[in-house]
Amino acid sequence: MNRRWAWRVGALIALTIGAAQAAEPRSGETAEPLLEGKAVFTEWCAPCHAANPRLAGTLALRTRYGDSKPAVLEDRTDLTPAVTEYFVRNGIAWMPPFRPTEITDAQLAALSAYLAAPLEQRGAHAILLAEEMMAQKGAAQ
Amino acid sequence: MSTPPGVSAATFADGLAEIQSAIGAEWVFTEPADLHTYRDFYSVLWDEPEEKVPSAAVAPASVEEVQAVVRAANQRGIPLYPISTGRNLGYGGSAPVYSGSVVLDLKRMNRIIEVDEGDCSCLVEPGVSYFDMYRHLQETGSKLWLDVPDPGWGSMVGNALDSGGGYTAAPYRGHFEAQCGIEAVLADGEVLRTGMGAMPGAETWQQYKMGIGPCLDGLFRQSSLGVVTKMGFWLFPAPEASLSGSVDVWQFEDVEPMVDLLNELEYGNIFNGMPSVSSPVSSRGRQGGISQIPEAAEMNRLVEETGAPAWRASVTFYGPEKVIRAQWDYVKERFGKAFERAAFNEGELIRLPLSAEDLAKVGKARFGIPSMEIFAVGSRGAGHFNPSDGHIWFSAVIPRSGKGLVEANRVMRRECERLGIPVFMFAPAVTCWTRSFVLFAAVPVYKEKERNQRLREGVLEIIRICAEHGWGEYRCPPAFHDAVMDSYSFNDNILRRVNERIKDALDPNGILSAGRYGVWPRHLRDGRSA
Repeated sequence: MNRRWAWRVGALIALTIGAAQAAEPRSGETAEPLLEGKAVFTEWCAPCHAANPRLAGTLALRTRYGDSKPAVLEDRTDLTPAVTEYFVRNGIAWMPPFRPTEITDAQLAALSAYLAAPLEQRGAHAILLAEEMMAQKGAAQ
Repeated sequence: MSTPPGVSAATFADGLAEIQSAIGAEWVFTEPADLHTYRDFYSVLWDEPEEKVPSAAVAPASVEEVQAVVRAANQRGIPLYPISTGRNLGYGGSAPVYSGSVVLDLKRMNRIIEVDEGDCSCLVEPGVSYFDMYRHLQETGSKLWLDVPDPGWGSMVGNALDSGGGYTAAPYRGHFEAQCGIEAVLADGEVLRTGMGAMPGAETWQQYKMGIGPCLDGLFRQSSLGVVTKMGFWLFPAPEASLSGSVDVWQFEDVEPMVDLLNELEYGNIFNGMPSVSSPVSSRGRQGGISQIPEAAEMNRLVEETGAPAWRASVTFYGPEKVIRAQWDYVKERFGKAFERAAFNEGELIRLPLSAEDLAKVGKARFGIPSMEIFAVGSRGAGHFNPSDGHIWFSAVIPRSGKGLVEANRVMRRECERLGIPVFMFAPAVTCWTRSFVLFAAVPVYKEKERNQRLREGVLEIIRICAEHGWGEYRCPPAFHDAVMDSYSFNDNILRRVNERIKDALDPNGILSAGRYGVWPRHLRDGRSA
């Protein structure tokens, strides 16, 4: 598929998938089979797409979809593996494609499975690295 | 499968086969879908025939594998383009400068080899990102801070090699200046270690840069002379506290003595954090920096009319609370004596380590915390230029003086407006590098050919105009490497000519990073600017 056509198909997929309701902040454990995918999300996606309205990805999706879809990727229930894989390997707007040396095909499959899993299996939202480090220490830094 | 220019399909296939046997077939990429991920996503040549794209990408995991790749390429004249993490998006990303090169992707070389808490240094491989090192320091309970650029996904090594900068204390903000010790694979596959790394058994590789004889570290900055596989850095012992303050003055004419005093105080070690200069009266109602600076009388009239200060100098201190409070008192005393009217704004003293509450409100880079928050400006940020497809940076070194700041700001604003270049994040006095200002301007880019063509012509004109004033870019996207190197034209461009002589000596087959920063191997010099 040539690149331009691929982009149009990707955009069409993204635009025509049904809207999902915004989810409440979640808590709880992530289902064991989803842990690898969540780890990929935490490392590569959360820095822009975590549940923080000031982050680039979350802000961009809020700008793009308004209230018709959740701005927080982990709250989306319409991300088929094909859609996730398309955007990770092709990028959009300011988000560049991610290379196979960054996210391997196997990791991408795990990420896609995580973002396609039922919300109740995903557990709490991913958090940013600095917050994770602070939580690990219990308080400082 | 595409092939590099001047390399036959059979030779290329043979070279890739040798590389596959050295590093594993799964780390040699030739499929279009994989190579698409190596394109410069913010390229001003996007989808044009001149776009710089790779013919393949290979990803070794060790120095020995890098040597094997380089030797296979050198024997066959296959051009290579090393990248560390390839995330330098406003300056070219992971795409080669010479189209058809094989990208040598070092992301898998991601070992933190050592962190020395005693001499406050580290030694890392090029795939180590700021996020990786931050996690390591935190998880090991290190007392050391990391100086980070805005996007945390970048490589410590790659950012330093490009002369990137950060935001904490002066000795650490210029990342190439904070390096200490380089290991590089040369074009013939030999491994060089600079400084004390050249002496077997020396424990001082990360302590003393120079070693003996000419200091060779600079050979690898923005260069095409080697594949850097290890780099040492000096790290900042975590301070006890941080304090920021600013000084307001109310006359246009105050800018020169204000910058001079700021310089004296910084170079006298009265403050160690990154200073900044702004003009509240010129940035009223704006996001994204100072607007056109008016003439003196007009600025003074606006100051009177609005009450806004003409200029603001901001300073930051890191250290023990009692020390930095005394330093701030001294800054106030000096500005109070030097200016008829000066007002002081004291920020909150932040005790370290950060509390969760402080973490949520501080600018993370000023506390050595990597993030990707800067990219929010492209979502619905300062410029409101959505939907753009990225940005490029224009980054000229300008004099660290009030006169230099005003003149550069005026010329850049006027000429960018004339040429229809919509700058945002316009920051005419960036001070990552302590002895000069750098004028930064981000320019949105779009995946539209005609728009990009106009943008390229405009940027080339800006490069020319800046050079007329003696303002040279310290770093730029690949599309402008030749033009910027051309502008360093003293003595018939002897800077480039000497670089070419060195290139010919160290890389006679011209396989490494051809064209990077305007230095082409002998066999491609006729194609310069192509």
